[in-house]
Amino acid sequence: MRVIYQKELMTTTPQLRPLHEEQTNAVEMRDIVLRFPGVLANDHVNFTLRRGEIHALLGENGAGKSTLMNILAGLYKPETGTIRINGEHAVLNSPRDAISRGVGMVHQHFMLVPTHTVTENILLGLDDPGFVMRLPRYDQKVAELADKYGLKVQPTAKIWQLSVGEQQRVEILKTLYRGAQILILDEPTAVLAPQEIQELMETLRLMVREGKSIVFISHKLNEVKQVADRLTVLRKGKVTADGINLEDVNKETLAELMVGRKVIFQLSKKPHTPGEVVLDVQNVSALNNRGLPALKNISFRLRQGEILGIAGIAGNGQSELAEVITGLRPCQGRILVNCTDVANQPPKRAIDQGTAHIPEDRTGVGTAPGMALTGNMIMKTYDRAPISQKWRISYTAAREFASNLKEKYDIQAPSLSTQVNKLSGGNLQKVILAREISGGPKLIVAVQPTRGLDVGAIEGIQNLLLEQRDNDSAVLLISEELDELLDLSDRIAVIYEGELVGEFPAEEADLKTIGLMMTGELRRQE
Amino acid sequence: MSLEIILRSGLSTGTILLFAAIGEILTELAGIQNLGVEGMMLLGAMAAFKTALATGSPWLGLLAGIAAGGLLSLAHALVTIHFQADQVVSGLSLTFLGTGLALVLGEGLTGQNAPLISNATIPLLSKIPWLGRIFFADLNILVYIGYLLIPISWWYINKTRPGMHLRAVGEKPAAADSLGINVYGVRYLYTFVGGCLAGLAGAAISIAISPGWYSNLTTSGQGWIAVALVIFAQWNPLRAALGGYLFGMLRRFMLDLQGPMLLFGLRNPFFYNHNLVFFLQMMPFVLTIIALVWGSASARRLRIGAPAALGIPYVRGERG
Amino acid sequence: MSLPYHLRIQKRTEEVPRWLPLATSVGAIILAFLISALILLLIGGDPIRTFGYFFNAAFGSWGALSDVVVKATPLLLIGLGCGLAFRMRLWNIGAEGQFYIGAFFASLVPLVPLVDMETTPKFVILLMMALLGMLGGGLYGFIPGYLKAKFNVSEIISTLMLNYVAVFFNNYWIYSEFSDAGFQMTPVFAKSAWLPRLADYAQEVRAFSGITLHLGVVFGLIAAFIIWIIMSRSRWGYEINLIGDNPQAARYAGINITRNVILVFMLSGALAGLAGMSEVSGVVHRLQERISTNYGFSGVIVAWLAKLNPFATILVSFLFGALIVAGREIQPSGLYFFIQGTILFLVISSDVLLRYKIELVRTAPEEAK
Repeated sequence: MRVIYQKELMTTTPQLRPLHEEQTNAVEMRDIVLRFPGVLANDHVNFTLRRGEIHALLGENGAGKSTLMNILAGLYKPETGTIRINGEHAVLNSPRDAISRGVGMVHQHFMLVPTHTVTENILLGLDDPGFVMRLPRYDQKVAELADKYGLKVQPTAKIWQLSVGEQQRVEILKTLYRGAQILILDEPTAVLAPQEIQELMETLRLMVREGKSIVFISHKLNEVKQVADRLTVLRKGKVTADGINLEDVNKETLAELMVGRKVIFQLSKKPHTPGEVVLDVQNVSALNNRGLPALKNISFRLRQGEILGIAGIAGNGQSELAEVITGLRPCQGRILVNCTDVANQPPKRAIDQGTAHIPEDRTGVGTAPGMALTGNMIMKTYDRAPISQKWRISYTAAREFASNLKEKYDIQAPSLSTQVNKLSGGNLQKVILAREISGGPKLIVAVQPTRGLDVGAIEGIQNLLLEQRDNDSAVLLISEELDELLDLSDRIAVIYEGELVGEFPAEEADLKTIGLMMTGELRRQE
Repeated sequence: MSLEIILRSGLSTGTILLFAAIGEILTELAGIQNLGVEGMMLLGAMAAFKTALATGSPWLGLLAGIAAGGLLSLAHALVTIHFQADQVVSGLSLTFLGTGLALVLGEGLTGQNAPLISNATIPLLSKIPWLGRIFFADLNILVYIGYLLIPISWWYINKTRPGMHLRAVGEKPAAADSLGINVYGVRYLYTFVGGCLAGLAGAAISIAISPGWYSNLTTSGQGWIAVALVIFAQWNPLRAALGGYLFGMLRRFMLDLQGPMLLFGLRNPFFYNHNLVFFLQMMPFVLTIIALVWGSASARRLRIGAPAALGIPYVRGERG
Repeated sequence: MSLPYHLRIQKRTEEVPRWLPLATSVGAIILAFLISALILLLIGGDPIRTFGYFFNAAFGSWGALSDVVVKATPLLLIGLGCGLAFRMRLWNIGAEGQFYIGAFFASLVPLVPLVDMETTPKFVILLMMALLGMLGGGLYGFIPGYLKAKFNVSEIISTLMLNYVAVFFNNYWIYSEFSDAGFQMTPVFAKSAWLPRLADYAQEVRAFSGITLHLGVVFGLIAAFIIWIIMSRSRWGYEINLIGDNPQAARYAGINITRNVILVFMLSGALAGLAGMSEVSGVVHRLQERISTNYGFSGVIVAWLAKLNPFATILVSFLFGALIVAGREIQPSGLYFFIQGTILFLVISSDVLLRYKIELVRTAPEEAK
């Protein structure tokens, strides 16, 4: 239903928009080349943004979309190539240059100072508040601007107090306050619930009606089809479709342009009967890093051979849930894994009960980046035979273990002694999965297992998770990708502000209800 | 032992710690930890003393002290900002470097008398009953400069545009960078300012508050106490000042304890068994540790932490 | 933009060549001496004569060489301890204090005396002293470790403060209870509390006459070997390395970080304590003020310069031993600190070469126009 509503809007908006073909383009980037160590991030890329359009920049993770737009935002300097903004040749040596030419960018990882207020963040780097700032005056200005674009936010609030959606609004306000005429949004919907996406789209259309131009970076086909007027596709740093109209292509073609081969949207999910209860979470509450309640009296059960998906907007307690189960965060309540209480126990307890954990933060938690592949592979088995022999570690056994996993999971690395910070994101995730699954886990806690990976890697990892379910592991899948949850889960539960507000068998779940629950507008009727 | 003497002495010696601690606060707010305060102070003390001796002007000496601390800090800035070296190790080597340079260049200064920065009495304020006599009469001019530095630095950090930029750079350099703030520039600037203030603190010792050049005993660990004070102060200049003055008073109190008087009606054990004085001399350092335990615990409770990017080199395009 | 060549600085993606870390360290040391020579010139000294003197004082005779090894011994033990702590990114700057407390504990054996110094076999006395020295240093290392693990107190500050505390503590005892007739030192230990020296065998081997080399150096070599085994072969070493690389990952892997922080700090302190024992029992033969010539801080530099490698620590401490021996002879006395500081600075600066590749490349024609 949501989709139809959007289609209607799509067909009405173009008429509201003044389109002058002879006008100069907002942005023209020609022959852009930028090399990072080991990769050609942008390989002679051309990109044209017309005035008053929403232009989607589509591509897989690592295709060079963000890099291209970071060049336009003045953060990176291209090795070769020219940029014209509003017809004028532009040399962008710093973000300041880009801002002065009306380019504003909302980064995927928000560029906000958590300890500053909304207004302070918006004023940051500007010359206008004089040496002595009189903030209340600017609070007023910010409030007015927010009102105009329907971007509700409290100017005096500190950033760390805001939800992810609110933070995004601050980011957009930041660019608007600077008078941005060209707005770049990097994966803006990744952190939003369906309804919030809807609100964002309305704001964007309002902006376009005012003559602003928008670049919308995404790797999701559906979304692009709904939002954009034209699109450019990048693959491995090269343009595979240059400013084509969306009416001219179908989803399959787009997928092929993006991935470079035919993509079969199919997972081998077979029916499977759940067995014994493996994970029993009873009335668990916990605090987040700031000492605020993150989990409020949560209870659920998870059985062998079952995938329970947890849906929710980022920051509603998902990370904390994974951490209390794996022993990384103190909590109240009981968490039984195989009938053993692991709540408030050292992480070792959960590990010994056969818990595998695929953490959200691959480099910060899941791996030791400066250690070699072998060292990372044995993180969970270093204290067991045959790798551990009394007080010492048999590095012969360790290398053999690592080498087997490397082969079995097809991990691309020069050697076993390569430091893992030299691996790509997909290979790093494979290292973690290989290590965690190799122990034959009874319970797998997987947090955002496919985030930031390319299609091939996503497929592989999703199939691995299904395979584990079919091997009678219990899988707790925490993800912000609704499609992924719907594809993999047997049951889906929705988390909102630390509470489970609804639960369905996967086949009964519908996007609209889940979306309403994710924003707290709907709760399970009991 | 009189309260008045302890208070006044605390204000004087506390001023030294205050300069160094506020300097280190400014540096750390920009995300750079400079553990070389002791070295910068010693070099500042030497430069100030030697210059004052050579030129006959204590004020030129003061300037030389400030410049020496500032210049030395630039070595730390270069190594940690551009070369992304570990800030702890770099700070330590700065201590060695500063100490070594001060000792080499300060050869033969011991026992000499340099012209000093004088004491002064503030005209009107000193007339305030009791308070005026303690806070505004016959104290070193640098003590009064310290009074001014406290509110100014607080106001600068919290209420001005450059102060806001400073905090942003220490908290989330990537955000500051994306808005066109020169992260490296800001970090260089405040590392330098911190160095200058450490140099000033050193000069305050050698040519003002406890004058003379006694090689590395001139600073005798006060630089390290200043670093500890920053943590205790939770990066707030007001608290740093309070801590600095309190510390100064305690030191004086310890000294007074060695006198031949009665203590709570008891014979003073520190006077009659002079060796126990070693335990008194330990106290500033033990107290620093206790203050640190208390400060760390309260910081954890109130969830006030160090600037988020403290100690982390900034490289555009990398996380952080 | 119009220069035909420019510097390209790139993050290294491939592995660092094996010879490069050694080359940068050696380069840094040479450069540090050149800079020191420059400073000497500036203040009117004669660098060539000074360094010539320097070299002679350190390596000019067997006696001098033995002095160097004697000075290198505490540096080696302390450097090993610091290196171990640094592996876990624990900044133990408190070796100086741990050294003093270790020396004090070890001295209790002959001073109290804890056993009959006449009848007890010498090796029992020495063993007791070594164990007590390690215990003292270990306990003194426990304090900052515990404060770090439980209250998140910065170990840099706490260890530094504890250095001062230890010195005053030591002073109290040598000025009062254990004072030798009011002098600021204790009486000389009974001979049975002396570590054997080569000079003791001068009657058997004439060449040993006057050679002060003592058994402490063997402690150092054994310790280096043990630390190497721990770090590269044991489970505990793996845990330490993992915590050092990423403490979050270590916690995630089920490793008890609190316990390891305290244990590593204690072992690090124990090694410094053993250095203290070796110094009082092998060199000074009594407890007094200034038994350490800044060994604690030099040990930090030794560890860092050796890139935390136990065997490299042996070599580097030898070099620094030479620096100390020669430093005694040269004026101004601060030059020794200055050279140390400069070496450390240059070493950490040169690390940038390990992370970045800097090359001269021909400017691309498109860019040059």
